[in-house]
Amino acid sequence: MERHRILIVEDSPTMRQLLVFALRRLKNVEIVEAQDGMDGLRKISSDHFDLALIDINMPVMDGLKLISLIRGEDTLKEIPIIVITTEGAKEDRDRALVLGANEYLTKPIQANRVLALARGLLKIE
Amino acid sequence: MSTDDLSRKGQDILHIVGKAKEFTEELLKENERLRFKIASLEASGGGQMADDRVKTLDRRVHELEDKLAEVEARYRKVEEENKEFADRYIEIEEQNNNLANLYVASYQLHSTLDFKEVVRIVQEIVINLIGAEVFAVYLFDGNSQDLAVAASEGLPPSAFPKCSLGTGPLGKAVASTETTCWDTARSDDLRQPIVCIPLAIQKRPIGAIAIYSLLQQKNGFTALDHELFTLLGGHAATAIFAARLYSQSERKLNTIQGFIDLLTK
Repeated sequence: MERHRILIVEDSPTMRQLLVFALRRLKNVEIVEAQDGMDGLRKISSDHFDLALIDINMPVMDGLKLISLIRGEDTLKEIPIIVITTEGAKEDRDRALVLGANEYLTKPIQANRVLALARGLLKIE
Repeated sequence: MSTDDLSRKGQDILHIVGKAKEFTEELLKENERLRFKIASLEASGGGQMADDRVKTLDRRVHELEDKLAEVEARYRKVEEENKEFADRYIEIEEQNNNLANLYVASYQLHSTLDFKEVVRIVQEIVINLIGAEVFAVYLFDGNSQDLAVAASEGLPPSAFPKCSLGTGPLGKAVASTETTCWDTARSDDLRQPIVCIPLAIQKRPIGAIAIYSLLQQKNGFTALDHELFTLLGGHAATAIFAARLYSQSERKLNTIQGFIDLLTK
């Protein structure tokens, strides 16, 4: 069975742990964590990933910058991205989607919503 | 009418009568044959057999109808059970998610003894798990009865008023050591939060978390939020208290070590 690799880019250890908890319920996944945008860029550029969950407000490099860099890179631009953020305004959502995010989730998150989106983007049951 | 005509007519009538006689004889023979057939059928019991067969089939139809009714009743019961299982599954899934949230919050609160780190984790929980936009973490200022802002979100710490134990909505809520929710979604008056979570160790308050507004996508508090309030009230209090004690003891240890070094040199 194909193993899916998921990258979580989030500066809050609490949120990272919560997302890992939720995503571990998917079968056959490997989860890698990054603590800011730069760390995320380094990890996503050096390895293969099937899905990325990215926070917007992060130190060093924010999530929007990271998304635009990923979408500008030929080898990375097809990776599905879920944005997870506290920013609930429509313009924030539109900006992220225009930059290339596939889905936009606002905090506080619901684990089953994250799972449903991840399943859909990874095309797994 | 001539004699010839009469003779032809008489012959025709005779012919017709002859035909009628033949037909009547044929009918009589057929009647006899059928009578014989009925008699032989009655003798061999064919009618009884047919009756029995009809009765058997009738019984079978009733049996199958009863079985169908039973299967339908069982199907309805299984469907009801399935619905119950599905509802239960959703409920368990929700409980599972809630427990994951509580576990993560508790795990993170006790993951460090660094005071600043503990306060940062409290902030993270209030932002990410509860969904608060503007809030302040109040702690008692030394041994006094005054609460001072140790950390805040949405506004700088200096924007929040100081408060005393037992006075004003916040001070009274802290004195009660019970989480107090005011029936409002947002408060621009920083003396009146929408919720106050006293941080207390065995009914002894050490501070409070005062929330003034929620993120725009958050419509109100859920059952999980109330669980998190309870968890924060106890666990954040012990984590902050332990971190404070640890940093104090470390400072004292350094002082004593310095003093010993001075004496032994």
